[in-house]
Amino acid sequence: MLELRIAGRDFGQPVLGEVFTTIERGDRICLLGPSGIGKTTLLNAIAGLDKSVPESAVIGRDQLRVGYLFQEHRLLPWRTLKANLRLVGASDDEAGKLLSQVGLAGYGHYLPDQLSLGMARRAALARCLAVKPDLLLLDEPFASLDPVMAGELKALIAGILDSRPEMAMICVTHDGGDVEILANRLWYLDGKPARLQWDNALAEPGLVDGLLGRLRDLDLTGS
Amino acid sequence: MKGRAGRPPLWSYWVVLPSFVLLWALTAWLLQTSLLPTPLNVLDTLIRESASGELWHHLGATLARVLVAFVLAMAIGTAIGIVMGRSQTTNALFDPLLVLLLNLPALVTIILMYVWFGLVEVAAVMAVVINKVPNVAVTVREGARSLDHRLEEMATVYEFTRWQRLREVWVPQLFPYLMAATRGGLALIWKIVLVVELLGRSSGVGFQLHMAFQVFDVAAILAYSLAFIAVVQLIELAILQPIERRSSRWRQPEAAHA
Repeated sequence: MLELRIAGRDFGQPVLGEVFTTIERGDRICLLGPSGIGKTTLLNAIAGLDKSVPESAVIGRDQLRVGYLFQEHRLLPWRTLKANLRLVGASDDEAGKLLSQVGLAGYGHYLPDQLSLGMARRAALARCLAVKPDLLLLDEPFASLDPVMAGELKALIAGILDSRPEMAMICVTHDGGDVEILANRLWYLDGKPARLQWDNALAEPGLVDGLLGRLRDLDLTGS
Repeated sequence: MKGRAGRPPLWSYWVVLPSFVLLWALTAWLLQTSLLPTPLNVLDTLIRESASGELWHHLGATLARVLVAFVLAMAIGTAIGIVMGRSQTTNALFDPLLVLLLNLPALVTIILMYVWFGLVEVAAVMAVVINKVPNVAVTVREGARSLDHRLEEMATVYEFTRWQRLREVWVPQLFPYLMAATRGGLALIWKIVLVVELLGRSSGVGFQLHMAFQVFDVAAILAYSLAFIAVVQLIELAILQPIERRSSRWRQPEAAHA
């Protein structure tokens, strides 16, 4: 579905090294790695936001619809939630349905800044879904949420993934627990410049535990 | 902007201006000269000119020039400001020209336009536009530089059209700058329009000021000036402030959550 042939990315000194891999429909990838290693940079490169990464480095993106949940909600603060969803192509009906799907039924006429952090993030998730994405990019979706809200959002995302088996997902996270619930594939980004040190399917039972155990031993999950 | 300490008392707005009028009346009464008419003389002239229709004819002519010049200057200045704010190369190319134009006296542009194009309406309006465009461009450029790159990325990911990007992402962010340019624009433009009229038109408040100057009719000069100040204030109160209130409503939303 998507082939990455990223040759590297510089900020004066190389940040991202070569990243050659493919993403298939139904892949649920958790992207782990130390803070500041370039996980968001990689996500931006895949989304086509990084001008220093040529378009030819991400083969197949033109045919894909991408939903990107940024760390901030990045909803237009001067538009209501419904208007924000309609702007990316949802009908009024669809916008209402998506909002109730993420637990924001009845909040369609609210402005983003009237919501709590957790609610705004769910609204932004609804916008991701409004484009009917083939690829869902999540940049630390559970960061700075309290454990209860993080748990709710995790369950919500897991449910969304179950109901859309064709959709692929890449989720930047620090938490091994997210991997167990959300992922069927694990990327581990590290090194200077950063490369995918591991790119493992998590099909075999026990493999997750093994990998996470190694991460914990290395104390690199940050949790 | 009201301070955190609360609003100043209402009466404080009504002290200096009435005192000033009182002082003016007193001085005029003491001097008893036609070169300084009393406030009542001026009011009298205002009523007479208004009754004869002269006032409205000339106010209308000036207002029409102000509006045409304003719309043109805002449109051109905004476009230039956005382009220069978004592209560093364009900015470097045209910044010296902008600085030159910013420092060019309005009078020079007016004279040159009249010399080159004759004493015609187009030359008059062009002179005003050329004077105002650099100010608008500089203000809007500031706004364009401060556009939130995170919303730009969002608009890219969600494949906003050019029109959507302009309308939904840029204009709301540029709005305070556009309002600042509008405010400064109106104040500057009507003053330049008066000079343009004084130098080369046969209608408008500036033309009337010119005629009154010839015969040292100070009462008429003050009457026409006050009338136009009133019009500009009316625009501010009836048009600009409501627009501003409507458009910045999203800035202070009430929280929906506890």
